[in-house]
Amino acid sequence: MSKLYAITGLFDKPEDIIQAAKAAVKTGYTKYDVNTPYPVHGMDDAMKLPPSKLGYVALVIGLMGAAFALFAMWYINTIDYPQVIGGKPFFPLPALIPITFEVTVLSASVLTVLIMLFVFFKLPNNSHPLHDTEYMKRVSSDMYGIYIMADDPEFDEFKVRGFLEDIDAKEISAIYYDDEELNTRHRVFEPKFIIFLIAAGILNSALVYFVYNKLLYMPPFDFMEEQAKVIPQDEDTYFADNFSMRLPVRGTVARGDMPYLYSNNPEGAGADIVNPLLPTKANLAKGEQKYNTFCSPCHGYLGNGESRMRGQFPVPPSLNSQKVISWSDGRIYHVIMAGQNTMPSYSKQTTEDERWTIVQYIRALQRSQNAGETD
Amino acid sequence: MSVDHTQEVSVVEGQPSFRSIDDLISKPLETKPDRNFFIAISITGTMLLIGVICVALTVWFGIGTWGNNQPVGWGFGIVNFVFWVGIGHAGTLISAILFLFRQKWRTGIARFAEGMTIFAVMTAGLFPLLHVGRPWLPIYLIPHPNQHGVWTNFISPLVWDVFAVSTYFTVSLVFWYIGLIPDLATLRDRTVGKIKKMIYSVFSLGWRHSNRHWQHYEMMYLILAGFATPLVLSVHTIVSFDFAVSIMPGWHTTIFPPYFVAGAVFSGFAMVQNVLIFVRRIFNYEHIITLDTLEKMNKIILVTGSMVGYAYIMEFFIAWYSGNPVEQFVFVNRVFGPYSWAYWIMFSCNVIFPQLFWVKKIRRSIPIMFILGVLVNVGMWFERFVIVVTSLTRDYLPSSWDHYAPTLVDLGILLGSFGLFFTLLLLFIRTLPVISISEVKAVIHGAQPHHTGVYHE
Repeated sequence: MSKLYAITGLFDKPEDIIQAAKAAVKTGYTKYDVNTPYPVHGMDDAMKLPPSKLGYVALVIGLMGAAFALFAMWYINTIDYPQVIGGKPFFPLPALIPITFEVTVLSASVLTVLIMLFVFFKLPNNSHPLHDTEYMKRVSSDMYGIYIMADDPEFDEFKVRGFLEDIDAKEISAIYYDDEELNTRHRVFEPKFIIFLIAAGILNSALVYFVYNKLLYMPPFDFMEEQAKVIPQDEDTYFADNFSMRLPVRGTVARGDMPYLYSNNPEGAGADIVNPLLPTKANLAKGEQKYNTFCSPCHGYLGNGESRMRGQFPVPPSLNSQKVISWSDGRIYHVIMAGQNTMPSYSKQTTEDERWTIVQYIRALQRSQNAGETD
Repeated sequence: MSVDHTQEVSVVEGQPSFRSIDDLISKPLETKPDRNFFIAISITGTMLLIGVICVALTVWFGIGTWGNNQPVGWGFGIVNFVFWVGIGHAGTLISAILFLFRQKWRTGIARFAEGMTIFAVMTAGLFPLLHVGRPWLPIYLIPHPNQHGVWTNFISPLVWDVFAVSTYFTVSLVFWYIGLIPDLATLRDRTVGKIKKMIYSVFSLGWRHSNRHWQHYEMMYLILAGFATPLVLSVHTIVSFDFAVSIMPGWHTTIFPPYFVAGAVFSGFAMVQNVLIFVRRIFNYEHIITLDTLEKMNKIILVTGSMVGYAYIMEFFIAWYSGNPVEQFVFVNRVFGPYSWAYWIMFSCNVIFPQLFWVKKIRRSIPIMFILGVLVNVGMWFERFVIVVTSLTRDYLPSSWDHYAPTLVDLGILLGSFGLFFTLLLLFIRTLPVISISEVKAVIHGAQPHHTGVYHE
């Protein structure tokens, strides 16, 4: 109940408290402390305190923060989700410096402060015996105080009072623990606190459920996947005909879409259109690839109709017949462009240049299948 | 005039007792606010309410309510963001950089300026959130593992901005709170109200003014100042990267980072000076926030204003020297184009008027310095407007040129941002000590022991 914590003394002048601290060190007290309304210069030397180690704490945490930031960005950019952005490397170090710096500063300053408060100072501590004493009220305002704790090995109530009187301390008084401070039971396990934790947990879960499942689907909250937009082949009341897809404006041509003038005129096409491409190696390679993709399913890899669709589909006539050999390039081009008999048009699947390379490849197939002595 | 420079002049006039400092600084917290306070807060509250309504309109109907259009994607939203982040810079400069330079006159104004930093960054942070269009999804600005498997683009200056501004806010808040702990403990020990005492006890964490704590505390303050100094320089540098890393004519310049930082300090100091003129008058802090302090602030305004002026002129020189016709056009367009009025407001308010501070009488005249401070902030707001709007309205492709004009919602949000900032400031004045009690005590004449006769640092 009335356990002694410390004996306190007060001073008016900063010079006096420095002298008091020096005297306390000289007498051999180790469990004492000085309380001043602001940091008094020279006090650390007078108390012979070792230099603060907080700088090392900040250094270590800062380096860890920098390493974490760099590692995280390296992992994300090169392993987890590599993405080429602006043609830059996956791990462009100079561009990562700003974030590394910010993370370093953030972690070092915040964590060092927390370590100082909670590890170095063991705060929060509002039930310390010094609180709510006359001594505390003076040292937090206009006086300088020193106190010698009862668990100091040199402590003797009588001697300590004498020591404080010797150095001219004012208002020497004893500080006692009160009941609450002697109570070592953990307040975390009090039923009140546990009920509070459970209530907070339930409330929080309910709130999260409401926000994520209800609130975010009420106006004005909207998401891109459900915003107002036109869907192809859907009804849309914006236009009078209720079609969402529109026809091109009359008399216009889409970019890159040249009108084909020979739709019903295969002979005209054969006579008029000329292959604009030279049979280079690159063109033939392109033609081979396109032929294999679009033509070979029915015509076969050699153009003779021996295809993987054989038996399931009418067999097309051979491309290597004298009839087709005698056709002009433009006549073959017309078949690809407009289709023939059961063959549909391939104008949507291929571009103009691709069609011409296919024609060139067919010419190459024809020659290979009808090879002469000179070939 | 003979001044003895071997003896440092105390930054606090007279030699007030510690108890009177406590009384004076805690007076606004212990007395009922008077009529003027309610008039002031109803004005700022009305401004804030207008802003809230305009933000609600923006959230409900979308960004279409703003004046942003096809070439000008960054209208008032980014102008205001850069302006408010800049306002914050004075606080960190005062609390960190001037601390490292051992400028004792900072003690009277540091707490207040730090508070302004926090409120300005809070205000600034609203604008990018609103500008993204769906302000309920800002979580994707922060890299975190999510079900989409996507991360932020770490090499984008806009993501650097997220890191810089959030770090700046957090570190400023920590710095401010660390400074408040001893003062809250002092208030805890002098208050009589039970609820007040409980609040002060919780937030002062049971601080005991122990010298074994002061020792680490001072070291922590030094470390925080050491971190905050490069941080404050990095924040506006990164904000300027938003512009400088792009390829817009008029933005793609290497002078932007130093020029933005100088501009930020410039506008921030003007704002701090303006508000302090009222605070020192209303609460009788004239002997703590002295005229000398205000004069020193005006000197910093003069220096940074000259740096900004140099940057303006250097931009023109480089545009000419680069030989790039588009760059040259942009700068001619700034001065003589459709927004030349904004340019000339900016140039006169930022470069010409602050030069009056060369005159000592003007530096020490409160009405004139107040007007000049207001002009500086008008000018700095228009600087951001000129940078954002003139470059975007007339970019490389003349066929996409368009005029930009803000809507009423834009102007309402701007007004609301001032309302938010000043409302927070007024509440701060009434709830927390706006001057650091323990720091001011430490610089009063006779507060530190004079053992060798030389002032001991």
